[in-house]
Amino acid sequence: MKVTFPHMGHMWICLQAMLEYLGVEVVVPPPSSKRTLSLGSKHSPEFACMPLKLNLGNFMEAAERGADTIVMAGGCGPCRFGYYAQVEHEILKDLGYNYHLVVMEPPEKHIGELLAKIRYITGKSSWLEVIRGIRFGYRKALAVDELERLAMVRRPREIKMGSTDGALQQALAEVVRATDFRELEKASAGGIEIMREVRTEERPVLRVALVGEIYTLLEPFANQDIERRLGSMGIEVDRSIYLSEWVNDHLFMGFIRGLRSSKEYCRSASPYLNHFVGGHGQETVGSAVFYARSGYNGIIQLLPFTCMPEIVAQSILPGVSNDLDIPIMTLIVDEQSGEAGMTTRLEAFNDLLYRKSSAKEVLA
Amino acid sequence: MTIKIGIPRALLFYQYFPMWKTFFEKLGLQVVVSGHTTKGILEKGARLCVDEACLPVKVAFGHVAELKEADSIFLPRLVSVSPGEYICPKFLGFPDMVKQCAQDLPPLIMTNFNQYRREGDLYAAFSETGRVLGSNPAKVYFAYREALRAHKRHTSLLQRGYMPEDAVKLAGEPPEKGSLEQEDVRSRPVVAVIGHPYNIYDGFISMNLIKRLEKAGFRVVTQDHLSEETLRHHAGRLPKKLFWTLGRNMTGGALHYLSDPGIKGLVHVASFACGPDSMTGELIERFVRRMGGKPFLNLTLDEHTGEAGVVTRLEAFTDMINLRLASGS
Repeated sequence: MKVTFPHMGHMWICLQAMLEYLGVEVVVPPPSSKRTLSLGSKHSPEFACMPLKLNLGNFMEAAERGADTIVMAGGCGPCRFGYYAQVEHEILKDLGYNYHLVVMEPPEKHIGELLAKIRYITGKSSWLEVIRGIRFGYRKALAVDELERLAMVRRPREIKMGSTDGALQQALAEVVRATDFRELEKASAGGIEIMREVRTEERPVLRVALVGEIYTLLEPFANQDIERRLGSMGIEVDRSIYLSEWVNDHLFMGFIRGLRSSKEYCRSASPYLNHFVGGHGQETVGSAVFYARSGYNGIIQLLPFTCMPEIVAQSILPGVSNDLDIPIMTLIVDEQSGEAGMTTRLEAFNDLLYRKSSAKEVLA
Repeated sequence: MTIKIGIPRALLFYQYFPMWKTFFEKLGLQVVVSGHTTKGILEKGARLCVDEACLPVKVAFGHVAELKEADSIFLPRLVSVSPGEYICPKFLGFPDMVKQCAQDLPPLIMTNFNQYRREGDLYAAFSETGRVLGSNPAKVYFAYREALRAHKRHTSLLQRGYMPEDAVKLAGEPPEKGSLEQEDVRSRPVVAVIGHPYNIYDGFISMNLIKRLEKAGFRVVTQDHLSEETLRHHAGRLPKKLFWTLGRNMTGGALHYLSDPGIKGLVHVASFACGPDSMTGELIERFVRRMGGKPFLNLTLDEHTGEAGVVTRLEAFTDMINLRLASGS
């Protein structure tokens, strides 16, 4: 059994760590690329959202490397993601791929269904070991998120262009290499040290928050590397969702204290959006309010074309923007998105923020 | 003067209008409905609403804007109409979208209709609506009972083969009334139209698809003519239980009609960028291809769809069926 999974940013680091810790053979699909996307969109429903197309592409490329089992998350709606795995599996079946599908999702009838699936993947590992494996993967997610955060702060302040990105790759490689808890602790400390060594200078920077749909936020290929682009324009970036926080919120049910939680966001979404709308729609509105209140200069909403929950959020965000006097731009991505269009819009947004903040300084 | 409650002729109007109407009328209120969809309504809606929204949502915005004369507009948040299932994220956020995007409307009644946990939670939604209107709880309860009865009758009319608008017209008549249609209609070849009710029954959105098929000499059935059990039974063939009520009905209906030899062809109507349609449409199409044997037309509609294009495709589709009928297969 060779297990594969779809890409979503650096999620592969934590999934690979977890599965290999439990002795499962893993095939990490090649990083999402133009080829992945064209393979995927060729065989996907026309107006399915982009993550589905990239997932499908990932699976097709992983099959070339010998993967035969898919592990994937599911859900129970109303966001389309809950039915991704099944539709992708049907498509793969018709294309002649012989994949075994294991969907980790809230069981329909009995918790045993989920446990049986975990058992199937992990084979003869004991439950204690499984829990240790999950913890190991989670630790890696924490380490990766920490490094990403450091990179977002240092990028706009770096003295030599591109030095942060180089350091981030190096630091991530350290974390990837770690195979047990002791090594991981050393690796993440080492990684942080590498990031600290990037030479920076103090300069005034604008702060922009990325909010929106999780996949487009986390996957640099889907959002055309927006974090790096903004960073190199001298903008400090934060995003509303990090993998470790999401895992804590949705898989551990908020078990680990002290992390930022999406519940906060949902509370601040009132009175704009008083009900969950599936996906991260309510969180998007809430986090926009949160970032506006914490003094960010601007907000960018990211979503894949036709994403239902985010369209609801998109229609509500102008109200937030008006009331809290903060510029909000919506960027919609799909397989047609071009680089030039993205750059132009980011530059225009940057100019707008810059002018607004200097006008504020003059008035003060 | 009696208070006028506005109900937009959009979204779940086609399934739930008799229920809502009865409820408000039993409370002594007057119900006004927006007119049939026109180009003007769509344009008004499209101006109010974000570009990315799907056609039915844009049309619904237009219908809401038509109701400015009413004293308040009934715009429930339809979270779930069946246990364990949702409708679509846009239904969950629709009242908030309207509140944010459309100005100077009369007050909105935005009660939550959420039967995700229990079928019986419907009463909570109605009693909340009654409370908002300031009605006497006992009166609300009786109005609710009447509303349920009206809804039952509406569904049974649909299952006997009526189209929703005809069923609404018959709502006041005694139950035996209305022998469905003449003999010649009964003997016509049957085509199944599968799609979201607010797409297929809205003559403007669907470009009179049903009427056109009837004119071409066919009898039309939809997923709403089937009983809940049939729909559930056939939807059960899916790899996983679908969590959209309408999508589940459509897929169940399509699978039922696919295996029914009396059905000569299937039309699937989707609106462009509809989330559930992109998944269920794909599954239906794959099932049709695997099972084979029936002409299948997949129509995707948006506000730019030209009538001529639809007519041509429909003609090609009906020609294909007629050819097959003539050759006796």
